[in-house]
Amino acid sequence: MDKTIGEIKSLAWNIRNDVLEMTYRAGVEGGHIGGAFSSAELLATLYGTVLNVNPANVLDENRDRFILSKGHISLAHYAVLKECGFMLQDDLDSFEKNGSIYSTHEIENLEHGIEVTTGSLGYGLAMGVGVALAGKMREKSFRTFVLLGDGECNEGCVWEAAMAASKYKLGKLFAIIDKNGLQLDGYTQDIMPISNIGTIFAGFEWNVKTIDGHNIEAIKMAVSSQNDELPTVIIANTVKGKGVPEIEGKFWGHHVRLTEEQYKAYKAVLEESRC
Amino acid sequence: MLDFSSNRIMDLSRLGMRKSYGCILKELADDHEDIVSIVADVADSANLLDYGKNFPFKHINAGISEQNMMAMAAGLAKEGSNVFVTSFAPFVSLRVYEAIRTLICYMNLNVKIVALSSGFSLGVQGATHYALEDIAIMRAIPNLLVLSPADTTEMAKMMEYLATYNGPAYLRLTGIPGSALIHREDYRYDVNSINEVRMGTDVGLISTGTLVCESVRAARGLAKNDIDAGVINLSTLNPVKVDELLKMCKKYSMLVSVEEHNVCGGIGSITSEALACLDSHPRLIRLGTIDSNQVTGNYKFMLQKNGLDAKGIMDVVLAEFTKS
Repeated sequence: MDKTIGEIKSLAWNIRNDVLEMTYRAGVEGGHIGGAFSSAELLATLYGTVLNVNPANVLDENRDRFILSKGHISLAHYAVLKECGFMLQDDLDSFEKNGSIYSTHEIENLEHGIEVTTGSLGYGLAMGVGVALAGKMREKSFRTFVLLGDGECNEGCVWEAAMAASKYKLGKLFAIIDKNGLQLDGYTQDIMPISNIGTIFAGFEWNVKTIDGHNIEAIKMAVSSQNDELPTVIIANTVKGKGVPEIEGKFWGHHVRLTEEQYKAYKAVLEESRC
Repeated sequence: MLDFSSNRIMDLSRLGMRKSYGCILKELADDHEDIVSIVADVADSANLLDYGKNFPFKHINAGISEQNMMAMAAGLAKEGSNVFVTSFAPFVSLRVYEAIRTLICYMNLNVKIVALSSGFSLGVQGATHYALEDIAIMRAIPNLLVLSPADTTEMAKMMEYLATYNGPAYLRLTGIPGSALIHREDYRYDVNSINEVRMGTDVGLISTGTLVCESVRAARGLAKNDIDAGVINLSTLNPVKVDELLKMCKKYSMLVSVEEHNVCGGIGSITSEALACLDSHPRLIRLGTIDSNQVTGNYKFMLQKNGLDAKGIMDVVLAEFTKS
């Protein structure tokens, strides 16, 4: 897929709109709106123009692999997969419903574009290292992209994987950190400070890019700055809850149960920003 | 094809399960292109250095990072490899349990977890290096085949089976170099059946791993005391062939489970669960570990201290069994 910047912006809007709808319909179960909104441009750019994936050939050996390590924003992933033809509206409608395969944290489902089961934080990058290493061993052309949260970087396994990726010179591996500065209990700097994630990755000999995670052109450019010898990490500075000012930067925006009043108000805000 | 000549069988026995692992994997990798090995800084301990020289691109050392190693194994398996992932037993079971459950077994990936030196095999290295709870936790995971060979012959047969088996498995290795052989070169291994090593009429000793040998020794000793004991080698711990196990158990008026594992959750529990389906069944005495083993000692000592050597098993049977 090779969408224009305008189309990608529109895709990001659709993701936010779908996320809002899914969260509202989930009722008391709620949804992880904050992190879903902060990742909207990242997901839209990846699926809109970066990833070599095709809903008509989901098992293509050469497809790029995308792993949503911050598995709690599955609803944003489901949304972009629906927008790109991997899922149907019915699938989104079943989000968090009894008997549905679309739970809060996503479950492997290759047919619908979900590569691996995630939700237990900290494992996505290590799995991505295994996938990228398999690609390198077999001289495959595919790239592996892993989207992590900055709070998730509390997990030691992230850093174990960072070491391994460097050792095996996985130039086709991309870690994207959605650095929205918040985690479940508050600001990441208060809960477990990691002053400069990029410096730490650089210490592990990664190719480090720091960008505005809501700037589609910057995301595209960062992904294209691949280094054949080094894995690349993109530190994407974002705003949690981006798109609805009332949620932006709020602790409570991590996981939200929407009242009808909130839903209508946020929907109106989104409509105003429609591309 | 693996070499199962009598000389080879004896060589493997001398090496013990841990050191046999690397030799066997190297032979299997010659025939099976999809095999990839990944270790957490134990290539030498697992005797994988020759394998590494022969297959440098399929020999991955993740360093001392077992969580990462397990997740990498899942990633490699997802892309089509048959991944043999190895470290000492507590570090590929207890330490990484969630990764095994969620990443490997829930996704039903082709990862073979080889648990080196389980039970008391690491002797004086002490409590941190014993694995006495691994059967309990591993057999609770869906999709995970759990295997526990009685000797190096059965271990080699199991590895040969795992080279073509597509799915997750946990191979629990026990014993020390020179542990006695139960099976010879003509042993016909079947993952789906329970191996009755010795037939008896009075007492059934149900065991697994290298304690099968201690159970056989105990049975021989009991014969001198006019007690005819049989020995059942329960080597497939998940899934268990319950019907077959019950058929074997019903022959006896008393059963004793013998395991290098906590009495909670291991083969004593497996047997109890099976027997509970019956209206009436033989009495079962469960032998295993019950404390946290903070006192160290070599393998022989630790078995003896926990009453799991041949004499300990015999003493229990002699004290508890009354011929009808």
